[in-house]
Amino acid sequence: MSFEAVIGLEVHVQLQTRSKIFSGSSTAYGAAPNTQASAVDIALPGVLPVMNKEALKMAIKFGLAVNAQINRHSQFARKNYFYPDLPKGYQISQFDLPIVANGHLTIDLDGEEKVIGITRAHLEEDAGKSLHEDFHGMSGIDLNRAGTPLLEIVSEPDLRSAAQAVAYLKKMHTLVRYLEICDGNMQEGSFRCDANISIRPQGSTKLGTRTEIKNVNSFRFVEKAINFEIERQIDLVESGGQVIQETRLYDPDKDETRSMRGKEEAHDYRYFPDPDLPAMIVEQSYIDQIQQTLPELPDKRTKRFVDEFGLSELDAAMITQDRALADYFEGATGCAQGNGKTVANWINGELSAQLNKTDIDAEHIPVSVEQLGTLINRIDDNTISNKIAKTLFQQLWQQPSDITVDELIEQQGLKQITDSGAIEALVDDVIAQHPEQVQQFKDGNAKVIGFFVGKIMKASQGKANPKQVNQLLQQKLS
Amino acid sequence: MDLHTLSLSGLGKLLQTKQVSSVEMTDYFLTRIGNNTDLNAFITLAPELALEQAKSADKRINSGNSSLLTGVPVAYKDLFCTEGVQTSCGSKILSNFISPYNATIVERLQNAGMVMLGKTNMDEFAMGSSNENSYFGAVKNPWNLNRVPGGSSGGSAAAVAARLSPVATGSDTGGSIRQPAAFCGITGIKPSYGRVSRYGMVAFASSLDQAGVFATAAEDAAVVLQNMAGFDPKDSTSIDKPVPDFQLELQQTLSGKTIGLPKEYFSEGLDADIARAIDSAVELFKSFGLNIVEISLPKSELGIPCYYVIAPAEASSNLSRFDGVRYGYRSEHTDDLVDMYRRTRSEGFGDEVKRRIMIGTYVLSAGYYDAYYRKAQRIRRMIAEDFDNAFKQCDFILGPTTPTTAFELNSKVDDPVAMYLNDIYTITANLAGLPGISIPCGSDKKGLPIGLQLIGKYFDESGLLAMAHQFQQHTDFHKQIPTGYQA
Repeated sequence: MSFEAVIGLEVHVQLQTRSKIFSGSSTAYGAAPNTQASAVDIALPGVLPVMNKEALKMAIKFGLAVNAQINRHSQFARKNYFYPDLPKGYQISQFDLPIVANGHLTIDLDGEEKVIGITRAHLEEDAGKSLHEDFHGMSGIDLNRAGTPLLEIVSEPDLRSAAQAVAYLKKMHTLVRYLEICDGNMQEGSFRCDANISIRPQGSTKLGTRTEIKNVNSFRFVEKAINFEIERQIDLVESGGQVIQETRLYDPDKDETRSMRGKEEAHDYRYFPDPDLPAMIVEQSYIDQIQQTLPELPDKRTKRFVDEFGLSELDAAMITQDRALADYFEGATGCAQGNGKTVANWINGELSAQLNKTDIDAEHIPVSVEQLGTLINRIDDNTISNKIAKTLFQQLWQQPSDITVDELIEQQGLKQITDSGAIEALVDDVIAQHPEQVQQFKDGNAKVIGFFVGKIMKASQGKANPKQVNQLLQQKLS
Repeated sequence: MDLHTLSLSGLGKLLQTKQVSSVEMTDYFLTRIGNNTDLNAFITLAPELALEQAKSADKRINSGNSSLLTGVPVAYKDLFCTEGVQTSCGSKILSNFISPYNATIVERLQNAGMVMLGKTNMDEFAMGSSNENSYFGAVKNPWNLNRVPGGSSGGSAAAVAARLSPVATGSDTGGSIRQPAAFCGITGIKPSYGRVSRYGMVAFASSLDQAGVFATAAEDAAVVLQNMAGFDPKDSTSIDKPVPDFQLELQQTLSGKTIGLPKEYFSEGLDADIARAIDSAVELFKSFGLNIVEISLPKSELGIPCYYVIAPAEASSNLSRFDGVRYGYRSEHTDDLVDMYRRTRSEGFGDEVKRRIMIGTYVLSAGYYDAYYRKAQRIRRMIAEDFDNAFKQCDFILGPTTPTTAFELNSKVDDPVAMYLNDIYTITANLAGLPGISIPCGSDKKGLPIGLQLIGKYFDESGLLAMAHQFQQHTDFHKQIPTGYQA
């Protein structure tokens, strides 16, 4: 029998508000333990939560971006459980009335599109952190993170493979950064995910018993964890066993999932509406106002880059994946007389290589859009060669400066030699110095032309126009 | 000078005219408290801080930068957080808790220049109707030391009745201001839900809790409430509505307004002396030109069961933060995390608190939520509708505050349901969010005070205070001081 996997994802997105969701404390990452925990965050007796409007705005922004319904009436609820890093003994979350419901996201896998349903997205507060090292048999509690706003995005069980799950996550990751509601930093836990996985015989429409894998924090681990879990379930069923409903933990070191708690140990969270926070009533006009501020989203932008600049689907998708990169592309293209294709080649070639090498993100590219645009223009009008342009690009990357590309070319005397007299003299010189290679060419070895070009470019310090050099060589040698 | 026999405005005038300094006045009341510890009305006294506050109040008065409240002493129920002073909530679990911040109302009264004498005793976490559920011991009723003062704000009520403090704050979740005010023969007002900030008031049942005031006379309560009330951005349930001038409104014309008498409040179970006292009060109001109609609040009898689902549900969650992790009592010898939680909470909470945590946990549990919590919420709406309908016929609802006068200590501790029934007339106002006031209107054959309750329309504290004040202009029940506390 062959099996089909059924996967649903819960993504926790940390919203990048400046203050916490129910208090005025800073949300900045990495401060000394408990220095960003106010009376409200540590749940002193008598304190009360006050909703951060910015978090609501971000949730609505997200809802609109996934074509979801924004619930005009939503409500916070208390999720009750005891844990030392949960100061109130309950987490303020949303239960039966989430702010966002019924949206969808389209993923693209090997050229095939698939629409993944988004059941809901709700606002909630993050817990603090328990630190189990360095305390000699005790645990430390850091409540800096307690109260950080989260948007929990729950998908329908529409995903059928680990690859699809990763494609969905990547798409979501791109989207939330596009919307500027999350920094997407997975190491710091700003974007994390739980996966619900079940299997069923191919062709069946009934859902199997699912397991939940908690807190997997990289795309690679998500893929591995899901694949492991699917295999585990199939092996189990094929050997006559049954999948039991439980929560499992992925161990990246051993590449396996382990049972964390079974259904019997599942918490009864005793959700009920939080009496400290009245229902949130959102006016349609407010939603409309937020709609106006939505940026052009990745899918639409990809399509426009293809239509407007003639980019390949692949190049366009690559560039639009990152909003800052796409902005850079548009900026540079504007400076390069609309020559988007060439800009795209630069971005996917030279620039991406530098980004990877230097671990800089697209928001902080040291070469300005004007500089890249002018470099391209100067190649175009034969002022410099491609090779010199690349050298200059690297120079600017390593030593960022406000200097214009034209000034740089002038300063370093890199203007391409297009004077045919001067080039001819160089060509003649090199031919005269290498009779042996001239003979080889005459004997039919056409490849040797490269040798001559190389010598001439070197003699000209790269400034000779390679096209002209080629033409002249062909003329003189034949 | 017998400062304790004066009203708040009397004391204020002495201060303003510099006949008495705030330091002298504070000292006077602190001494009086010290001489009357038999009542057990206070958990904590803050004499040093009080004298410091009194000194700066005197400075303010001398510089002309003062109000009627500047320099006047006040006592806070021990669930209002007071910076640097223990805030125990009547519980062992907070018996070592020194609040690092002030509740909004404490901040506001302090800004007006009031001097904090100390923190008054109360039923643990405001759960109780007799003040016998305090980790710090029961409070006695100044009218009869064998009787309870009512609860949960029993310490505040006893303190004001015995004139240990001219005014005190309280909180009322199901009657915890009005019932002790009635038992102790003083005036106690519970404002509308949302009128006074809850920030810094340790939560019992968040959707029902409301802070209020005890005073001997309604006009004193009006001044203090004036300074406590109003929107607080730190409390999302406080209402952003202007606060009327309560003092000015005390004189409003009442003639032509209508009092509704709910027939459910005058049925069997009501003490005969209380019924008689209420009747004569009604006659007096009639003489002011008020109309009297009989009304019905048919869902009244559902008030107690409804309350005893909603309040414990919220409490079970509100009290989860007392886990021994960050502050408060922590059991000393514990094996592991769960053991620490279990021992800390078992040792730290008293029986009534545990009982309500268990009830609350049960009614919110999977499979029971609909049958209890959701149903109780539906009934709560029906009770509110009862009042909506009643207020189409009248402006005020009048009745007894309690079915009996103060009962004997230890007489009901083993019968929680009998204890809960004490709040039968007060509890529905909390469920509906309405303001209520209790004023003394007589005494029974045993010489125990009788309380009259008025419930007003949403946000009509002015009307209640005016009714109470004008009643008190024609009566002297509120001026009675229990024997033993007159000197």
